[in-house]
Amino acid sequence: MGIVVENVSKKFGDFVALEDVSLDVRDGSLTALLGPSGGGKSTLLRVIAGLEEPDSGTVVIDGEDTTAVPARKRGVGFVFQHYAPFKHMTVRDNVAFGLKIRKREKAEIEERVTELLELVHLEGFKDRYPSQLSGGQRQRMALARALAVRPKVLLLDEPFGALDATVRKELRAWLRQLHDEMHVTTVFVTHDQEEAMEVAEQIVVLNHGRIEQVGAPQDLYDKPANDFVMHFIGPVAPLGQRWLRPHDLDILLTPEPGATAATVQHVLHLGFEVRVEVKPEDGEDTWVQTTRDRARELELEEGQRIWLRPAQDPVLEPEAAA
Amino acid sequence: MRSRLALRSVAIGYLALLLAFPVGLVFFRAFEDGVAAFWDSLTTADAQHAFWLTIEMVAIAVPLNTVFGVLCALVLVRQRFRGKALLNAAIDLPFAVSPVVIGLALILVYGRNGWIGDWLIENGIRVIFSTPGMILATIFVSLPFVVREVVPVLREIGTEQEQAAETLGASPFQTFFRITLPAIRWGVAYGVVLTTARALGEFGAVSIVSGKLSGQTETLTLLVENRFQRFDLVGAYAASVVLAILALLTLLSMNLLRPKEGR
Repeated sequence: MGIVVENVSKKFGDFVALEDVSLDVRDGSLTALLGPSGGGKSTLLRVIAGLEEPDSGTVVIDGEDTTAVPARKRGVGFVFQHYAPFKHMTVRDNVAFGLKIRKREKAEIEERVTELLELVHLEGFKDRYPSQLSGGQRQRMALARALAVRPKVLLLDEPFGALDATVRKELRAWLRQLHDEMHVTTVFVTHDQEEAMEVAEQIVVLNHGRIEQVGAPQDLYDKPANDFVMHFIGPVAPLGQRWLRPHDLDILLTPEPGATAATVQHVLHLGFEVRVEVKPEDGEDTWVQTTRDRARELELEEGQRIWLRPAQDPVLEPEAAA
Repeated sequence: MRSRLALRSVAIGYLALLLAFPVGLVFFRAFEDGVAAFWDSLTTADAQHAFWLTIEMVAIAVPLNTVFGVLCALVLVRQRFRGKALLNAAIDLPFAVSPVVIGLALILVYGRNGWIGDWLIENGIRVIFSTPGMILATIFVSLPFVVREVVPVLREIGTEQEQAAETLGASPFQTFFRITLPAIRWGVAYGVVLTTARALGEFGAVSIVSGKLSGQTETLTLLVENRFQRFDLVGAYAASVVLAILALLTLLSMNLLRPKEGR
């Protein structure tokens, strides 16, 4: 069950949007498609929805091969990046649209619309037009509209992309909560790794139309499959030939075999986190992420001589990093 | 402040001198011999016929051009194909080519010795010097308005709303009537108004293909010319007043239809 994508390829002219992509989305899970823009994540979402036809490969939704099924019969809910509100309809009519197309009874439609508007906290906005709503409200309306027809899967294209930072944080938590209540298989596209880590159970990293890695947020962070994933998810710091997480570097005040000598350049206090920028004797500049308490203990000063040592084995061997 | 006032005076003065004054004078002269003379000249058999013929042409040309115009705009905005630039240019042809040339072109095709004219005449269908030809001419000259009004609106609304409707289960037919058409309705309405105004006032092309038979193929514009040439000035002015009123009503209906939030 869930969604199974097999060997999907898609070109737009000469541009390869997706190249032999295969993916398993477990029933009822919450998955993020993460990657830089142009990486193919939106195209993959649109292929799953049936809004884009793959050149080759298959899409199976809930056990049914839907590759040749038009979007309107796939039973997917799609929330567009800019929400695509029906501007000439009220909030109520927007949400009721799918139900009216399905010729449901009036009373049933009214009941379902009320229920959904309560779910997305828009009860008082029934008779407003989309132009009278804020960005966050429009997004929630689009979500209610997509959920009204009880889709098998819910697909969201950059759901938080067009919102300002505070509304964004709120909606992330809310989406997660909504998913926990509804248990509908959900896939969303984002280019923000923090957002993917915070909201998703499973992250699919896409780059240049290929899947780089699939895994739980923590797996991607701790065991990135390659250099790209390592750099795309979480911060990195160079040490000699290798890349490490900046909190995986220990600062020593006395030399030790295998440690790299360096000079402290800046100490930046960012609240709980302290960022120490250092210049190794050879190799490029790097930085260490440490805590306020540890920094206080070390009594670091600018210009001070220190030694750097990896706190644990590097997540990526130099060969893979190159 | 002074320069803005000057600018406004120029705009209003220009309109007054070149538009309002001459048209106003037509109204004035129409009633020169009294209301009775005005009324008499409008109730002759020829005038009545001309009025209804004009209405008939508008009633046929405008719906046809509206449907065709919306379809054509959809093709131009939503599809990519070879020769699209050519189609786009061809739509503007009626704007670019003089109506007289359009009239002559229609005679070449449908007239005696014309491309398909002989075949039509043998089968008892008269196009030239008859109503069908005049309707063809009217359709031709008023064709671009709906297309040109709808294309930019279609571009502006994009395809996302339509795709959203699709994912919600709407068929292409339902999507068009429930999403696309309501979204472009003001563009269509404005196009219809302009088409109507053009169809009402067309003279050149219709004049050539009509044969100008009084009481048969004479529209209001042709009636005005006919009366003017026979020195029936009050009659000519009276018919002109009717044309002007029809045009004003068309424009006014647009302003009444238009929602307050505007386009």
